[in-house]
Amino acid sequence: MLAVEMKEAAAKPVKAGGRLCCICNKRRAALKRPKTLEQICRECFYEVFEEEIHQVIVENQLFKPGERIAIGASGGKDSTVLACVLSELNRRHNYGLDLFLLSVDEGITGYRDDSLETVKRNEIQYGLPLKIVSYKDLYGWTMDEIVKTIGLKNNCTFCGVFRRQALDRGAALLKVDKLATGHNADDIAETVLLNILRGDIARLSRCTSIITGEDGPIPRCKPFKYTYEKEIVMYAYFKRLDYFSTECIYSPNAYRGFAREFIKDLERIRPRAILDIIQSGENFRISTSTKMPEQGTCERCGYISSQKWCKACVLLEGLNRGLPKLGIGRSRGLNNDRKKGTKESNAKKSIESKQCGTLDF
Amino acid sequence: MACNASSCQSNCYRDEEQAREEAVDSSTNPVADDNNQNQNVCVKCKSNEPMSATGGDDGRFCADCFRSNLYGKFRLSVTSYAMISPTDNVLVAFSGGTSSRVALQFVHEMQNKSQKNFDASRDRSLPVFGVGVAFIDESSIVPVPSHEIDKAIQEIRLLVSNLAPPRKELHVVPIENICSSNSSDGRDRLKSLLDVVSDATGKEDLLLHLRMLSLQKIASENGYNRLVLGSCTSRIACHVISATVKGQGYSLPADMQYVDARWETPVVLPLRDCLAQELNILCQLDGLKTVELLKGSCAGINGLVSSFVTLLQEENPSRECTIVRTAGKLTPFHFNRIPENNDSNLLSATRRRQKRYNLKPNESISSESFCPICNSPLNKSDLLRLSNLGSCQTSSESFGAACCSSCRFQILPNDPSSMENFYTLLPQPLIARAKHSSYGNLSLLREQIQDCLVSDSEDES
Repeated sequence: MLAVEMKEAAAKPVKAGGRLCCICNKRRAALKRPKTLEQICRECFYEVFEEEIHQVIVENQLFKPGERIAIGASGGKDSTVLACVLSELNRRHNYGLDLFLLSVDEGITGYRDDSLETVKRNEIQYGLPLKIVSYKDLYGWTMDEIVKTIGLKNNCTFCGVFRRQALDRGAALLKVDKLATGHNADDIAETVLLNILRGDIARLSRCTSIITGEDGPIPRCKPFKYTYEKEIVMYAYFKRLDYFSTECIYSPNAYRGFAREFIKDLERIRPRAILDIIQSGENFRISTSTKMPEQGTCERCGYISSQKWCKACVLLEGLNRGLPKLGIGRSRGLNNDRKKGTKESNAKKSIESKQCGTLDF
Repeated sequence: MACNASSCQSNCYRDEEQAREEAVDSSTNPVADDNNQNQNVCVKCKSNEPMSATGGDDGRFCADCFRSNLYGKFRLSVTSYAMISPTDNVLVAFSGGTSSRVALQFVHEMQNKSQKNFDASRDRSLPVFGVGVAFIDESSIVPVPSHEIDKAIQEIRLLVSNLAPPRKELHVVPIENICSSNSSDGRDRLKSLLDVVSDATGKEDLLLHLRMLSLQKIASENGYNRLVLGSCTSRIACHVISATVKGQGYSLPADMQYVDARWETPVVLPLRDCLAQELNILCQLDGLKTVELLKGSCAGINGLVSSFVTLLQEENPSRECTIVRTAGKLTPFHFNRIPENNDSNLLSATRRRQKRYNLKPNESISSESFCPICNSPLNKSDLLRLSNLGSCQTSSESFGAACCSSCRFQILPNDPSSMENFYTLLPQPLIARAKHSSYGNLSLLREQIQDCLVSDSEDES
């Protein structure tokens, strides 16, 4: 009897035209889960995907009830899925959060204006208030103008430095308690590797923290720290989420860095490798005697800075004085004392995939 | 070679160690301005023609200066970390490749020099350290025709005997000897052991651990107290990346320091600061004979990592150094130095000679428990699992629980019956090591009272 039943069970999925989902064992499997290679159905995928993020949020106490949280929203897949999942989890599990969308308008015609349209649609779709801060308002320059002045070299340095500060300023305007960004597991694994390759021990020690900047004005957190990029794409695809997928026009041809390529290759032979890299990053013991940069505030704008002036002010000063090279590379700038964080710009280009400095938190 | 400041892209903070490296480099790597005017002489001695043919940084040296620079790095590591002292008996692991060939050559030169000093000195107070050579024959796993392996071993014998005086003993040991003293039985056991491991990378790594076990066995059976490996910067850089990828971030610093004394015979890496490229050049230059056996190219993660690192190195010639230096800043373990020898027999002259740059004890991590397979120190989450061992019934289960998470994933079989099989095939020294570890005590106690315990399965039946 039993044998017959088992045979039937084994034969069933073939009849149905595919295997059964190995979680619910009812519906037909629709996808192979990138993280585990399990064949599961769509509904179960949504559930495990959302549940894992919920667990990460709970275990790491990312949010407290009543907090105001800004979601850094670029209109791309990561932030769109983050907005979607966070608003859903907030409702489902009664986090009691006030969620906001926060976007930065770099002033890039043909790229950011279009992606901001996506974010504006998201504002309506998810019912989350949106705040847009622009480089033009904050710094008096759009990226278009900056590129016109300095050309296509080093423009990503300006953009990255300005964005980091713009997000903090926008978050302050929204009076939020925390900023959630869409960095995914692939991004973090890539950052771990890059910091090893660059010899940046200080960043290596903090790049895997799920919450950063707790001593700063507005802490940031990464709810997608353990979420695979592929699964985010899958989620967006199956849920037909409205997101913007064009590359920045100033960082063209979707140049994939060595490190990103390497991670994708690793994922192909061992999906777990991405999590393993993050785990290694968490377990690295960094000696306490390793010198860490001291944090102070910028004398000019009051933003956190390890130097006299913050990076954004140095770059801005250069732009306004017609010396755009100021603060770029190894040339001597306003901060004559030994500085860090700038000289990597050359090496970065070839090994890093995202040139826009989105990882430099 | 440590990157000189002008080409260093990394945000490294200089610490003492680096300052020291630079002190060496500045003597060998003069400032670029100096050599601009006279391009056609060696940047160091300023008289000979540089070996421009090789290109790159090395091409700026003449052959003699290149050689002495490389030997200098070796000697600095040996003296800084007290790797070899006059009373030692040193076993050099020789694979036939260029790195271990250079290691053997340099150890030989060092021994030769101290022999000359010994002969010349009147009181003959400083003895000459002994040197032996070990070759692990892996032909039972890598399919090599038997006449080829015989030929290779002949060549190695010739090569080692040509290095005398002083005479160096050569130990050629088949890897399967670690599984059983009977060679054909050992071969079968080793083959079936490797067959149980399904992951290609796991298989490769297990073999690596067995190789180390074999070397340790040779060392302890023949009275050696140091094991010299030819691991160069390039090799270590690959290990740093692959250990990171395998989730071994906690134990990584243990593997890549100059000294690793967690083994019965401490392991030393005197070529840690030499690039593979430099070692290759030296072999060509001096006609150092290498014995390349058919080595299966790396599969899986290890192969991917090594091609990735090669790519990065091509893009930036100081990349491998940067990787090793970054990982070198991770806090090492207490066993990453040669234990202090307070023996009064040790002459003060010797002690003075050893420029120990040892770690401050409070800076290193002390760890008691090690993975029985890879011998890497276990981290907190591994230990947590280990402390919940009470529920484990069989010795194979408790063995599995004592392994690090990386070995559990890539080496241990998933289902219990293969695990049982795997456990029975494991070499004795490995099982013995597991018994030594903290879990061993527990399971040993358990074994003693086993007959009095009522197991769950008995209950049910």
